[in-house]
Amino acid sequence: MKKSVFLGTLAATTVLTGAAFAGTLDDVKARGELICGANPGLTGFAAPDANGVYQGFDASLCKAIAAAVLGDPNKVKFVPLTSETRFTALASGEVDVLIRNSTWTYSRDHDLKLDFVAVNYYDGQGFMVKKDLGVSSAKELDGATVCIQTGTTTELNLADFFKQNNSTYTPVTVADDAEAQRNYLAGTCDAFTTDASGLAASRSSFPDPENHIILPEIISKEPLGPVVRHGDNQWGDVVRWTFNALLIAEEKGITKANLAEVEASTTDPEVKRLLGLEGDFGVMAGLDNAAFKNAILANGNYGEIFEANIGASTPIGLARGLNALWTQGGLQYAAPFR
Amino acid sequence: MSLASEAPKESFRLSMLIYDTRYRSYTIQVAVLVLLLAFLGWMTDNTIKNLAERGKDINFNFLWQRAGYDIDQQLIPYTNDSTHGRAAIIGLLNTLLIAFIGCIFATIVGVIAGVLRLSKNWLVARLMTVYVEIFRNVPLVLWIILIFVVFTETYPQPRDFRLTDEMVAAGEEPKESMILGAIAITNRGSNIPGPMLDRPLPTIEIATVPISLSAVAFLVVVAGSVLVNRRILARAKAIQEDTGLRPTTWWQSLLVLFAPAIALLMAMGFHLEYPEIKGFNFTGGIAVNHSFTALLVALILYTGAFIAEIVRGGILAISRGQTEAAYALGLRPGRTMNLVILPQALRVIIPPLISQFLNLTKNTSLGIAVSYLDLRGTLGGITMNQTGREMECMLLMMGIYLTISLLISSLMNIYNNSVKLKER
Repeated sequence: MKKSVFLGTLAATTVLTGAAFAGTLDDVKARGELICGANPGLTGFAAPDANGVYQGFDASLCKAIAAAVLGDPNKVKFVPLTSETRFTALASGEVDVLIRNSTWTYSRDHDLKLDFVAVNYYDGQGFMVKKDLGVSSAKELDGATVCIQTGTTTELNLADFFKQNNSTYTPVTVADDAEAQRNYLAGTCDAFTTDASGLAASRSSFPDPENHIILPEIISKEPLGPVVRHGDNQWGDVVRWTFNALLIAEEKGITKANLAEVEASTTDPEVKRLLGLEGDFGVMAGLDNAAFKNAILANGNYGEIFEANIGASTPIGLARGLNALWTQGGLQYAAPFR
Repeated sequence: MSLASEAPKESFRLSMLIYDTRYRSYTIQVAVLVLLLAFLGWMTDNTIKNLAERGKDINFNFLWQRAGYDIDQQLIPYTNDSTHGRAAIIGLLNTLLIAFIGCIFATIVGVIAGVLRLSKNWLVARLMTVYVEIFRNVPLVLWIILIFVVFTETYPQPRDFRLTDEMVAAGEEPKESMILGAIAITNRGSNIPGPMLDRPLPTIEIATVPISLSAVAFLVVVAGSVLVNRRILARAKAIQEDTGLRPTTWWQSLLVLFAPAIALLMAMGFHLEYPEIKGFNFTGGIAVNHSFTALLVALILYTGAFIAEIVRGGILAISRGQTEAAYALGLRPGRTMNLVILPQALRVIIPPLISQFLNLTKNTSLGIAVSYLDLRGTLGGITMNQTGREMECMLLMMGIYLTISLLISSLMNIYNNSVKLKER
């Protein structure tokens, strides 16, 4: 017993020390595998499919990063994390990057010492209720029991929202999406609150999605994005620019299907730089020059990933809204690749 | 001849530290101690260095910052404007509440099951064996979840209790009705009638904890009644020893125990407040969440199974001759157990019972499985997550659990000293 505790602590400390001294990029390359913290149960964003392979909007970004760094989108190991364990797992070096619909906030930047390097989904917190509850606005929820995931910003927003409306509620604190859905469906809570995208994703996995409505109030701003540890700027840049590459690809009309064609025929200097045909841009980031081409080849550009996983044609059916490109009235805007 | 009179005086040599058995054990102990201290020092240094590397320090200031989250079960007032420190105290009180009730009932269940397992009645003895073996051989957390799921899946939703205007017009009854019109068990919790006072005494606040003087007055009166009752019983015993006749005391006891308390309650206008369905949930009365009930029931049954075995062992440790002697004196089996066997068995039972109480107290932290917000749920859960102070929260929690455990064991040791065999 004593011995195993000792060895365990020793191992833990070695991991800590190991993570502290090497750059994450070198670690990932040396390991030949990207370890990505993911949500294990949010259909459309990240959830294992029938074969146990993670699929979804967030999972695709993990694969794109793996493709950029290692040249192979399948060299990803997904680590399922709850909202409660995610930041500890990232801070302790258990995962290289956390892409688990996590909201970028001031205190997470400073208190938790994390860096949100991009926003891959602009979201807001909403409420879902059963249709037969007869509620049409979140302001009518006075006295209701609300399911809420612990360790989230939504937990704090919820308290603020009810306080502002001078109403009360009973929180039922749950650990993850799956537990929240179970409680909500069993009627243990009247309403389920999380990011509106998460609500839509949950609803699509219910047996009777038509009997649930998402209330019109959006009570907060929830910019969701990939997170890395504070202080490892090189790795942060790799993640940020992989995401930006996907955005620029959409902006320039480069898709997974036409990439080879574009590569052969393009005269656009930015596209040439992006695909590694001109200059040493990949090498600057400590990667291959073909890194961003590989990232786009993994799952297509940002728009393709959106449509394939959570877009209007999927059961989740989210509109682009704020997540349209800036050229189409949205907020997704990548810095120039130059 | 003085050849063998004096042993040659050996001066101390360094090699004796290893080769001389007189010194060797000291050498080993010192070496191990030094290694241990060095290891601890290295661990601490390593932790601080690694935290510093990540730009983190060890800082407990977050305990005075606004918590911002809500807790469903609170024994002292708390809002989301309260501090993280107060949230931790709410969690601690929830832990203590469940540990306190759990220890009492686990002991009762354990003693009954332990005694019954030795029963001559085949059916009763086998039933208790089944109970003990089932509960102690399945992990506690599974029991907690199972009981919680049974509660939440089998009981109706609060809205099934509601009577709407349309239903009144159609002459329908609500789908579910309250037990005796007073207790409502929904899939969220149990709502039971709560005590209310029309003319309560004022409430004073000590260190932001409101203390109801009515409750204090009630407790004082009850304690006083119990003391007076003991006096009456002592006097009866003295008379019995003097004259051999025991005076009738039951009506005096009843009067002293109940009359003052009832008079006080009536003076304060005591009545029960019944729960009522209002909006989404029941209001009024006392609401007990299923997370609390499930955790409590699971802890009682699980720890009770272990205590039953301890009790059985304690009883079996008492020589059969004691029972036979008691029978020879004409004591019936029940009285033999209560007056002869159990008091002696207590000496064997109490030391292992202490560790069962400690286990139960620490096991309350499994409440996280059913979202019971105890110390682990508030300080070690939400606060830790929202502030990112893992190290500080863990250290604090370990310190608190350690303190509670040490307190329980010292209290139980005092009790153990009072019942153990007095040797003169």
